[in-house]
Amino acid sequence: MDFLRPDTLAEALALKAEHPDAVPIAGGTDVMVELNFDHRRPAALLDLTRVAELRQWSERAGVVRLGSGVPYARVIDELGGALPGLAAASRTVGSPQIRNRGTVGGNLGAASPAGDAHPVLLTVDAVVEAVSARGTRLIPATEFYLGVKRNALEPDELIAAVLIPRARGPQQFCKVGTRNAMVIAVCSFAIALHPAAARVAAAIGSAAPTPRRASAAEEFLSGELTAADQWRSPRPLPEPVRRRFGELVAEAASPIDDVRGTAAYRGHALAVLARRALGWAWQDYQDHRDRWGGSV
Amino acid sequence: MSPIRTALTSALTSEVTGGIGTSPRRPDGNLKVRGEFAYASDLWHEDMVWGATLRSPHPHARIVSVDLTEAIRVPGVRAVLTHEDVPGLNRYGLERKDQPVLAEGVVRYQGEPVALVAADHPETARRAMRRVKVAYEVLEPVVDVETAAGAAPLHPGGNLLRHVPVRRGDQAATAAVVVTGRYEVGMQDQAFLGPESGLAVPAEDGGVDLYVATQWLHVDREQVARALGMPEDKVRLTLSGVGGAFGGREDLSMQVHACLLALRTGRPVKMVYNREESFYGHVHRHPAVLHYEHGADRTGKLSYVKAKIYLDGGAYASSTGAVVANAATLGIGPYEVDNVTVDAWGLYTNNPPCGAMRGFGAVQAAFAYESQMDRLAAELGLHPVELRLRNAMAEGSVMPTGQLVDSAAPVARLLELVRDKPLPPPSGALDLRDMPGGVANTTHGEGVVRGVGYAVGIKNICFSEGYDDYSTARVRLQVVNGEPVAQAHTAACEVGQGLVTVVQQIVRTELGVRRVAILPMDTTIGDGGSTSASRQTYVTGGAVKAACAAVRAELAAMAGTEDLSEVDLAELLGDRVVDRTAEYRHRRTEPIAPVTGQGNAHVQYGFAAHRAVVDVDTELGLVKVVRLDCAQDVGRALNPQAVVGQIQGGSAQGLGLAVMEEIRTSGGRVRNPSFTDYLIPTTLDMPPMGVDVLELADPNAPYGVRGVGEPPTISSTPAIVAAIRAATGLALTRVPVRPEHITGT
Ligand SMILES: Cc1cc2nc3c(=O)[nH]c(=O)nc-3n(C[C@H](O)[C@H](O)[C@H](O)COP(=O)(O)OP(=O)(O)OC[C@H]3O[C@@H](n4cnc5c(N)ncnc54)[C@H](O)[C@@H]3O)c2cc1C
Repeated sequence: MDFLRPDTLAEALALKAEHPDAVPIAGGTDVMVELNFDHRRPAALLDLTRVAELRQWSERAGVVRLGSGVPYARVIDELGGALPGLAAASRTVGSPQIRNRGTVGGNLGAASPAGDAHPVLLTVDAVVEAVSARGTRLIPATEFYLGVKRNALEPDELIAAVLIPRARGPQQFCKVGTRNAMVIAVCSFAIALHPAAARVAAAIGSAAPTPRRASAAEEFLSGELTAADQWRSPRPLPEPVRRRFGELVAEAASPIDDVRGTAAYRGHALAVLARRALGWAWQDYQDHRDRWGGSV
Repeated sequence: MSPIRTALTSALTSEVTGGIGTSPRRPDGNLKVRGEFAYASDLWHEDMVWGATLRSPHPHARIVSVDLTEAIRVPGVRAVLTHEDVPGLNRYGLERKDQPVLAEGVVRYQGEPVALVAADHPETARRAMRRVKVAYEVLEPVVDVETAAGAAPLHPGGNLLRHVPVRRGDQAATAAVVVTGRYEVGMQDQAFLGPESGLAVPAEDGGVDLYVATQWLHVDREQVARALGMPEDKVRLTLSGVGGAFGGREDLSMQVHACLLALRTGRPVKMVYNREESFYGHVHRHPAVLHYEHGADRTGKLSYVKAKIYLDGGAYASSTGAVVANAATLGIGPYEVDNVTVDAWGLYTNNPPCGAMRGFGAVQAAFAYESQMDRLAAELGLHPVELRLRNAMAEGSVMPTGQLVDSAAPVARLLELVRDKPLPPPSGALDLRDMPGGVANTTHGEGVVRGVGYAVGIKNICFSEGYDDYSTARVRLQVVNGEPVAQAHTAACEVGQGLVTVVQQIVRTELGVRRVAILPMDTTIGDGGSTSASRQTYVTGGAVKAACAAVRAELAAMAGTEDLSEVDLAELLGDRVVDRTAEYRHRRTEPIAPVTGQGNAHVQYGFAAHRAVVDVDTELGLVKVVRLDCAQDVGRALNPQAVVGQIQGGSAQGLGLAVMEEIRTSGGRVRNPSFTDYLIPTTLDMPPMGVDVLELADPNAPYGVRGVGEPPTISSTPAIVAAIRAATGLALTRVPVRPEHITGT
């Protein structure tokens, strides 16, 4: 097995163009598991850890450009204010060791239906910046996940960064696992309120072949909020609205029975998570409307 | 050999004070904390080659043919072996020799070893292994324990491995209040962190030296020698660094395999399982189905208990017979009951083989009898502890087997201690780490209900049923650099529990020396017995104490006085070496009478009680154990810190069984052979513990000790489940409790 060690992104892209079969390795927390279990036997590994450009983040015009190689620990420490949903998801990933190594870029590269970053990225209008020797391609997160562990990258492309607008409304992420830490999601849920656009985004993880948006639930809730003029003068959400929202989120899932949980439980749990997370997000909006700009 | 050096130097450089009753540091502690301790997986030898094991993908199949041609052709391959290459008896087993070293004609569980490969590189060995062509004719697996006895026989003699009935008193007793229940215990794994591994080195005399992580060197040697067709003195075992055991290393794993490959290739052979292989490479805790009926009068005094206990032994016997005997004889718990009808059966199936695991048959029974006690308390409107107090056994009680409990049995006091501890305050300001679900942010208090539960358990300590259970120790005293230095040598396995520390403490106390080196554990000395049944401090501790007494007698003779307190040992010894070996046997036990289950089968009983406080997210079915308090009688705490460590570790393992740990099988296949899906508690799952340690000396035991390791594993599980029941009102008759059992979805 060849071990390719580029120092710059340009070098990495040249190597990837030359060796499209080379498997990129960032934190290695997915790749090394696959090698260890003998699930994968690539001809070459493309080590991205020396590429400094990938390990940085910056913010311009209200958009955070998160280098694909920034580990979860730094998302938590440095971006909790700008990207609260992603930071919340990052906190639930693995153990401290995994959060020190693992990256959002790696989560996207693996594209596991259980990846914790995905539901959040789907709700915050994130865009994946895919690069190759041919140039740069911007792929909205909503178009990135194609199937179980399949994503929209071309063989010669690498993920340079993820572009994520700074939060302009409350965000929540929650995940059910059968242990209180260090657990793969049985199912997960993310919600982001976008008051400026009078819109709600919601997404689920580990409950379908890919992470996905819960569109019917979003439309229902956005409709209810607008109809009741809630964005401008937020009041407690009626219980039936929260409940209906939960049900619609659960309906967006096509879960399976597996060793981690039953399909029925996943559906049930998603409804509970969605109802609760909406309550928290809305309470936050009610309490801090000024902070969120409340400019509708 | 690095592990040998490690043991010696660490002992010589470790802390030099601390006799019994104190908590000196472990001699291997610094190395372990620094990551420098040599575990068996770190073994290395010049010229060594690597072994790999081809395992059956099927739980039950006939082997039609095995074709090695392609595997042998792989460059770098040194040997490919099947059962035809086993020179001695192709069978081993702790109780029955029913398990092939390499499968012969049929495979009876998924993961059963079929062929072995040795190659220059582990990768080459694995690749070659995949080129061994085995044609299987798949057979219907037997997987249901309750009907296994009547299913197609998997072994000559049928599928019933052992039946232990216990009959006491009036078999037709009736009662005013009756509660019944059917309970299930899932298959728990020992989940030790150091995978099976070892190194076999062919010796010049035609024999073999095996360095291995195990729990019992001498019984390994006996089984290896028989399979190799060699006299035992040609097979020499040395303990390597053991990364946990919990019963999972009592049976052979790679021992014979590595020796076969070493003898065939003439090269040292190393074998290390990876995590997935480890799940197939050792026995697990018996899953069980238990039917109970408790009858009591209106005051709550138990009139009778009836139980039928089915223990799934899986494909091979391992120690199923002894597990069945424990479940039967301890099957009603630490209670006084005049009329008892218990039947426990161990059965063969095509599920993974099950054998020893911490708690050994007592764990399964305790989940059922303690659940029943709670049911009965609810039926009578009594506090669960009050009902237990009204039935608690005590010193002088008689077991259902007729055995008199002739030392401390402070069941009532243990229950009162945990009951009377202050309860933790209700959770205060929102800290997600305190919530069910933790930082995964599943609740901010919604749906969360607190519950409290209690349980008490009983465990036999040491080997039972007439087994000649002993240990051997050699203590040598000489002057090194002007100071008397003792060396202690046993074959008793240190598996992480801290026996090496306790042995040093005993020698310091008995001989009044400061420096005590622990020699490598090996088979050049007599049997140390198994590191199981909570017995090593008792039995090997007893042997070390006896060897020290012999050394003291020699010193006294040299000094011409019994009182050595004023004697300068260095001066007295000069160049002389005092070297004494002693065996220690605990008092004898008797077999269990086959029809009535009567007999003085056990040496000693250990007791622990727990109170669990849990917060349950009743809507999501997630559980946070908020507090887990324990009270246990340990007879005498030779090392108080190690005792509390055992209680915490055992309680954590019980917590695992209560809410997460299970090897899930389907049609005999393991669905979760990894730590991704076989979950064990993390530090965020294990709550703070209040631990009360009683020291009510057992006059029959060295220093009065009572085995410590297992009792806390037994009562932890039912206490936690009782607390979840209290929070949810659900019956919860199966462990581990999964979220969907609580949500009903
Ligand atoms: C013990 C443990 C616990 C875990 N717990 C969780 C958890 O709770 N939640 C969760 O979501 N995940 C979890 N994971 C999985 C893993 O940590 C995450 O998916 C993580 O985000 C992977 O990041 P990485 O940098 O380590 O990726 P790597 O392993 O380096 O790569 C993962 C994949 O992405 C590709 N890749 C990496 N970087 C790029 C790039 N720049 N461009 C294109 N492709 C790229 C790789 O080729 C590979 O296919 C866990 C893993 C372990 C071992």
